[in-house]
Amino acid sequence: MQPVLTFTEGGIYCPAGDFYIDPWKPADRAVITHAHSDHARLGSRHYLCTNDSVPLLRLRLGKDISVQGAGWGETVRIGGAEVSLYPAGHMIGSAQVKVTVGGQSWVASGDYKTENDGISGAFEPVKCHTFITESTFGLPIYRWRPQTAIFSDIEGWMRENEAAGKQSILVAYSLGKAQRLLYNLAHTGKRFFVHGAIYNAHQSLLSAGWPLPAVELITPETNKSEMKNQLIIAPPSAADSAWMKKFSPYSLGVCSGWMQVRGNTRRMNADAGFAISDHADWPGLLQTIRQTGAEKVFVTHGFSSVLARFLQENDLPAEAVRTAFGGEEETETSA
Amino acid sequence: MHQFSQLISALSHSTKTNEKLELLSHYFSTADERDAAWVLALFTGRKPRRTVNSAQLRLWCREAAGLPEWLFDECYHTVGDLAETIALLLPPPEKGDRSMPLHFWMEALISLEKAPEAEKSAFIRSAWEQLQPGERFVFNKLITGGFRIGVSQGTIVNAIAKAFGMEGAVVSHMIGGNWDPRATTLPQLLHDHHSNPDDSRPYPFFLAHALEGSPSGLGAPANWQAEWKWDGICGQLIRRNGQVFLWSRGEELITDKFPEIAGLLEYLPDGTVVDGEILAWDEVLHRPLPFQNLQTRIGRKNLTKKQLQEAPVVLLAYDMMEWNGQDIRPLPLRERRELLETLVKTADRPALKMSPLIEYGDWDELAVLREQSRGNNSEGVMLKNAGSAYQVGRRRGDWWKWKIDPFTVDAVMIYAQKGHGRRSNLYTDYTFAVRNGDQLVPFAKAYSGLTDAEIAEVDAWVKRHAVEKFGPVRTVKPELVFEIAFEGIAASNRHKSGIALRFPRIHRWRKDKPVSEINTLDDLKQLLAAQM
Repeated sequence: MQPVLTFTEGGIYCPAGDFYIDPWKPADRAVITHAHSDHARLGSRHYLCTNDSVPLLRLRLGKDISVQGAGWGETVRIGGAEVSLYPAGHMIGSAQVKVTVGGQSWVASGDYKTENDGISGAFEPVKCHTFITESTFGLPIYRWRPQTAIFSDIEGWMRENEAAGKQSILVAYSLGKAQRLLYNLAHTGKRFFVHGAIYNAHQSLLSAGWPLPAVELITPETNKSEMKNQLIIAPPSAADSAWMKKFSPYSLGVCSGWMQVRGNTRRMNADAGFAISDHADWPGLLQTIRQTGAEKVFVTHGFSSVLARFLQENDLPAEAVRTAFGGEEETETSA
Repeated sequence: MHQFSQLISALSHSTKTNEKLELLSHYFSTADERDAAWVLALFTGRKPRRTVNSAQLRLWCREAAGLPEWLFDECYHTVGDLAETIALLLPPPEKGDRSMPLHFWMEALISLEKAPEAEKSAFIRSAWEQLQPGERFVFNKLITGGFRIGVSQGTIVNAIAKAFGMEGAVVSHMIGGNWDPRATTLPQLLHDHHSNPDDSRPYPFFLAHALEGSPSGLGAPANWQAEWKWDGICGQLIRRNGQVFLWSRGEELITDKFPEIAGLLEYLPDGTVVDGEILAWDEVLHRPLPFQNLQTRIGRKNLTKKQLQEAPVVLLAYDMMEWNGQDIRPLPLRERRELLETLVKTADRPALKMSPLIEYGDWDELAVLREQSRGNNSEGVMLKNAGSAYQVGRRRGDWWKWKIDPFTVDAVMIYAQKGHGRRSNLYTDYTFAVRNGDQLVPFAKAYSGLTDAEIAEVDAWVKRHAVEKFGPVRTVKPELVFEIAFEGIAASNRHKSGIALRFPRIHRWRKDKPVSEINTLDDLKQLLAAQM
């Protein structure tokens, strides 16, 4: 019997349905887990993703792509395969892809996190025979604190900055992390000033009806005094750039799972690191794998060989698979 | 412990010396007085002897977290710091947050020295359960050592000076020497009246600027005194009121480390201050031993007879700032030097020598002589205006250092390893090889010399081109060629290549050079032979 999904040069492929999941080479049909650039790539002829991802795919890949939206849990038949999408909790619209062929179900997780951040959907483990899991933070040193604790740290840090007369600047990935921050900091009543990269994503989410607070685009005309005691949010690429230097004196807080390790905070010249991630931590990965009931696990992008070995030693057949998604070796992606 | 843990965290996030000084000074003026004495001890190299080793910590952490050894090791290689790895791996602490002060933990750790292993294990495990995650890291660091927070002795001294309204030099004096943090508090230490701080007070060092290009713009050679630029430890020797003190340029009292120089006490008159270079000396060849020999003396608390014999130390005198109790810094250099010569001649001790003057007619001749620096184990030439006063700090105009260019060879990177601290999880530590026939022979490790952007580029390359994995080390395809600079070369039987380099660093990335054109082991051996 042919496997439901195979790992090919172009990505994760379903022979029965002749489609790819998050292909890294142009394909005829691509099922997309979420809109980050290492998963949603240009050049495929048809895209399938969740309804919530459609506007983001258009924003990232172009208005005129051929894209079909699906509701949560809705079954879409592609050739001999049944495809359905379930919340992955990673960012707005992010999904796990369940593919069933001849009674065998496989789930490809894409990127996921188990904690509900309020805006990225409530992750649900999906029962399957074979589970393809990410492993971005697949080491036991990665164990996240609840986000309420981290947001209270962030608010404390902002108060300290105000007392010290410093501008607060948070660095967060423009699609995903930035919205998570905005949604969870909306209650502070601060004005949010953002870099252009974040502003564009924000506008398209607002027009899709997401309940996000208003943001203001920082332009060369934006008055520094207006931003005093308010919050600036910028993407990682802007950290310590000439653009940022204009806001001196400032305190730079980096929001990423990589900040769990002190050296990374220091390397980014951050004044504060907040270990807040949109990926599952070690306990989250292990719990999810158990809950899927899978008899076989493929581990992709991240600490794949570590997690696979750990699962094997705990009597679960597992294999590490090389993919072209951002993982361990590229620390500045969507983490 | 909470306050100390916050101090460490704030210091490690701060990159500015002034900020660090403020943080420390605030800590010293508000902390428990016994804790303050401990912090000073820990930050000035007075950490007590270790009572628990790394292997034990690893084992107990693995037991507490239920992890196999290989998984612990994977974590350690990613974090790059044992104390932090353990803090991250331990299960979340129990709620009871009864925080004991720093001095409690330090004394408890010391008292474990003779305890049986089971008792040590029980103590450490219960400490981990009581401490909050941030404090666990600091607690582990108290055992494993090295906070890596970039605080110099000078910053500590200034912070205490500020906190207690004292002069820096007085603080330096009071906190120097041997003292036991278990037996004193910081205020007691600072106000101990058994000795007069004025006796040991050093003068600020006068430092030279680097000379760019040739000295011909300096005017008549006759006005300039030339000396070798020695590669040792810059020091200041003081004898006042029947006591002798030796300061390093880092304004650290190092009298105890160099008994040969401390032994000059009886041979110098009171009211004498001499500026010179501390060097391991070869009495047969009348020149310094290679720097490696002096290195065996640095950082050792207790010196063995063997070390004293193999690396005998002398002070090569450059200058004199105080004579007969008079501050003679305003006198012209040529007059100070005459007084110094008399002093050295009268003392007549092997441990005190004059730094000789280089005889030269014109600048061209001096340039030729400078090329012989390596034969003296020196780094080049110092030029001092014969009429100059002994000034304060690094000043332009009267004193210049004219260093020789470093050695350079082109080599290929063969191994890469992740760094520590701010470089953890980045491949920043490289091993380089030269050719020997059709083989590549590793000869140097270097950690510095690339810009952050270049490091990122090499890091990404390593991740894509790793061939083999040996624990944290990646073998890479021998493709990237770098020019490696170094200051000296010596024979070594500890290295496969048979040579050891002094201060190797990456000079530049030779993207233009193919691996086939790198230097050979024979090239290095020729450099070595030329040194003999």
